[in-house]
Amino acid sequence: MKRRTALKLAAASLVAGSLAIGTAQAGDTVKIGAVAPKTGPLAGGSTVTHWPNIHLWVHEVNARGGLKLKDGRKKIELIEYDDQTNPGVHIKAAQRLATQDKVDFIVAPYGTGFNLASAPIYAKHGYPQIAVSAISDKIPELTKRYPGIFFTLGSTTSFASAVSDILTKMRADGKMGSKIAMVNVADAFGIELAETARPIFKKAGFEIVYDKSYPLGTQDLSPIMKGAKASKPDAFVAWSYPPDTFGLTKQAITQNLDVKAFYTAVATCFPAYGKVFGKSIEGNLGAGGVDPTTPAMKAYRKAHMEVTGKPADGWASANTYVSLQVLEQAIEGVGSVDRKAVTQYIKDNTFKTIMGDIDFVDQVSHRFWTVGQWQGGEFYGVASKGMPNAKPVILKKGWK
Amino acid sequence: MTSREARTLVIAVILFGLAALLPLSGNGYFISIGVTIAMYVVLSTSWALFSGPTHYISLATAAFYGLGTMIVATGIETVPYVVLLVISAIAGAVMAALVGLATLRLSGVYFVIFTLGLAEMIRQLVSWLQNNLGGSRGLYVLTDLTEDHIYWELLALAGFVFLIGWWIGRSRLGFAMRIIGNDETVAAHCGINTARSKILLFMVSGMVAALVGALLAPRWTYIEPNIAFSPLLSFEVVIMALLGGTKRLWGPLVGVIPFTILLELIEANYPSQTILVLGIAFLLIVYLVPQGVVGRLEQSFAKFRKGGT
Amino acid sequence: MDILITGILLGGTYALIAMGLNLQYGVARIMNLANGEMLVAGAFAAFWTYTAGQVSPILSILFVAPLAFAANWIIYRIILMPLIKRAKNQGQLEVDSILATFGMGFAFVGIMVATFGADYFSYDYLGDGILIIGNTFALSRIVAFAAAVVICGLLYLWLFWSRPGTAVRAVAVNPQAAGLVGINVRRVSALAFALGGSLTAVGGGLISTFLTLDASIGVLFTMKALIIVIMGGVGDVRGVIVAALILGLAETAVATLIDPGLTLAAAYLIFILVLLFRPQGLFGKPTS
Repeated sequence: MKRRTALKLAAASLVAGSLAIGTAQAGDTVKIGAVAPKTGPLAGGSTVTHWPNIHLWVHEVNARGGLKLKDGRKKIELIEYDDQTNPGVHIKAAQRLATQDKVDFIVAPYGTGFNLASAPIYAKHGYPQIAVSAISDKIPELTKRYPGIFFTLGSTTSFASAVSDILTKMRADGKMGSKIAMVNVADAFGIELAETARPIFKKAGFEIVYDKSYPLGTQDLSPIMKGAKASKPDAFVAWSYPPDTFGLTKQAITQNLDVKAFYTAVATCFPAYGKVFGKSIEGNLGAGGVDPTTPAMKAYRKAHMEVTGKPADGWASANTYVSLQVLEQAIEGVGSVDRKAVTQYIKDNTFKTIMGDIDFVDQVSHRFWTVGQWQGGEFYGVASKGMPNAKPVILKKGWK
Repeated sequence: MTSREARTLVIAVILFGLAALLPLSGNGYFISIGVTIAMYVVLSTSWALFSGPTHYISLATAAFYGLGTMIVATGIETVPYVVLLVISAIAGAVMAALVGLATLRLSGVYFVIFTLGLAEMIRQLVSWLQNNLGGSRGLYVLTDLTEDHIYWELLALAGFVFLIGWWIGRSRLGFAMRIIGNDETVAAHCGINTARSKILLFMVSGMVAALVGALLAPRWTYIEPNIAFSPLLSFEVVIMALLGGTKRLWGPLVGVIPFTILLELIEANYPSQTILVLGIAFLLIVYLVPQGVVGRLEQSFAKFRKGGT
Repeated sequence: MDILITGILLGGTYALIAMGLNLQYGVARIMNLANGEMLVAGAFAAFWTYTAGQVSPILSILFVAPLAFAANWIIYRIILMPLIKRAKNQGQLEVDSILATFGMGFAFVGIMVATFGADYFSYDYLGDGILIIGNTFALSRIVAFAAAVVICGLLYLWLFWSRPGTAVRAVAVNPQAAGLVGINVRRVSALAFALGGSLTAVGGGLISTFLTLDASIGVLFTMKALIIVIMGGVGDVRGVIVAALILGLAETAVATLIDPGLTLAAAYLIFILVLLFRPQGLFGKPTS
């Protein structure tokens, strides 16, 4: 009977396949693992920011002949897994990398939740975890718990403060008032930011005239935009995720929201954002920013486009690449894949990266862009922690 | 207790003992898989306690699970963990009772989608509450509990679920459920309080699901409401239980283990096409195993006993 | 007033995403959990024709509709027919179709990610605001609504005024009886499934003009469509339209008057209440 043979075949391949888990290969490469979303709700973001930089870095290091260790150059063997934006799958995959594939290092995950969920695994096996897309106010507690974790984009408080500071600057020039309409996506990210931002805005002398959240996956943001518009704000701040960043911007254009500052958090820095909206987003603010004028950034962006076929984004793309540069230099600095030594090396040294010199104080890096703005078709950094050459911020002048 | 039952009990105890030894291997990977399997075994067996006899497919598992997770996440910094577990269990039972009362008049696909809508409504409500009342409380669960602890806790819970299932099967409640499952009108005519029976069983499954959510909260460290209440979980539980077959207490167990291993194989070997291969594997399973794995096993046993055809 | 118009526009959007599933489940008796993926596929097609060929997404309907029809017909014949043939009763078919279409959905997502990538895709088409009675609305939503009205209208006319349409309705009411009066139930079911898939893909193309989507987002739409179809009462076109409008209006009213954070919770609450008081859905037939 056809079905029985098919069942037998399936069972046989199951057995054969289970023998395939955990076959390790010989050691003339440096094995580096990476687990991140390739499908699921966060895949849209990780496909733009995370994966291309991993592939770019591995490609470039291998093109140079590999990592320079004491016993010769060794190429990087990248082992990747799709976590489907599912923490349970992610944890299993991280364990798999550590115990079955026995990788030498793991690239830190994408997203605060995934970084925190897998931190115990990294800590247990001594992997340094140079987190990029992890923003939290519990950094002191986390660095104490996990001695191998490093944060590169700062805390929730610094994230929100940066927005407050840039708005304060715009107001101080006399050209903008004090009313803010604030909305946030009702997910952990948006919730934390909104909660942190409220007292910060108040302290800076702003009045929050509209303060609402919206569920993840809302299909019609027009009631929110209309409500915000009706409160007659001077500035609009949205702690948003990519779909709503696009949605809110579309609504702002449709409703012709008249504000001097328009900020949407995630994905404002995406090249797609600039492409879809063109000139109408001139003056739009968003999380991140870059200084595209430095030779290092220019070379990086060119390479990114050539090797991955996609343009780098205007925020965490560079940071992700930087985190890998740090890892690379630490490994080469130690000269071996000794994780403990590499982790210590990261703590003790300064690294030359495309974003300048990076070093970690108490496992935290204090050089990153916080706020960027679209000016003339390019997303420039206008505010940062410790980065030079911030471009002066301009006011938003309409949506045409 | 008959000798057959005694034999089953001994086998069960031995299997549990063996399973409990897993964390001693020290291999984090196998422990992680163990936690995953234990979690799904508990969820799908308790799901089948209700849905098996009544043939009502509930997609509300994620709602109870998320409730447990959120209770722990919100209280972890102020209330002892054990107390939070008890609260989760009670909350799960209460919510299940309310839902059970509400769904009495529904049947078939209306019940299915109703439970789905319910789970989604709770998800949105909790996100809103988290946003307006919780802030960043209820998002971090920083404990010293490791996967080993969680594994043993889940194993204990699994033992409890199997005990309850076995006891129900022998009790009047189980008898009533079997009649209800075959023909509800007949059951009512026999004087069985169908409503109460259904609600009681639903409460058991809800309570267990909430406990699982509470037990697993420390594993995630950072709780995102939309992931805690992910509807995918409800579907997975249903599929694994149906795969294993719901007629026997150990049916879902037999569905969970191969399914999890299959999932693991696919995820490990097809990193860039995971979802695609998963989908195809799914379709194959549906075609090749119509009565569930248990059904197939029993068929082959029956043939074997008859001397093979 | 603003709430009314915005709500109705949103209702139109919802009707678009649910109408196809209504046909697939109500007539062909397939609970198609891959419905959302078909929606996203249609949206991708519109996105491509717009960004690559500068062709209006509205025109893309002309070739998306027949393509989706053919694709869904093939899916029904090859993937779903074996399940239908072996199902001993309605209940088993439902379980099997839920499981199978669940897997199908995964496979579609995988194919779309492999083909188009996992990035978000969005474009600005007719995004300007149109002033109606003092309030601004996106032209793209108005156009989508108009298209929804036309499509639903045509569908309604076809179902109630043509012979094949009446056959479809007959199968929706009672497949056995329909078979007894000489209707080829299998063929009609295939037709309904294919038509449903085609409608969904067209709907996807229309909503892509104002929503930002990616390959994995289909499941959100499947759930919304399920809610609307069940709330409206399976199989009845009018039910879907009414349910979609109610939800659209309720969500908009809650967003404007109470709190945008409660929109979806309110929508599901209404759904639950409807089922509590009318367990067969708004227009459904009372079950024994």
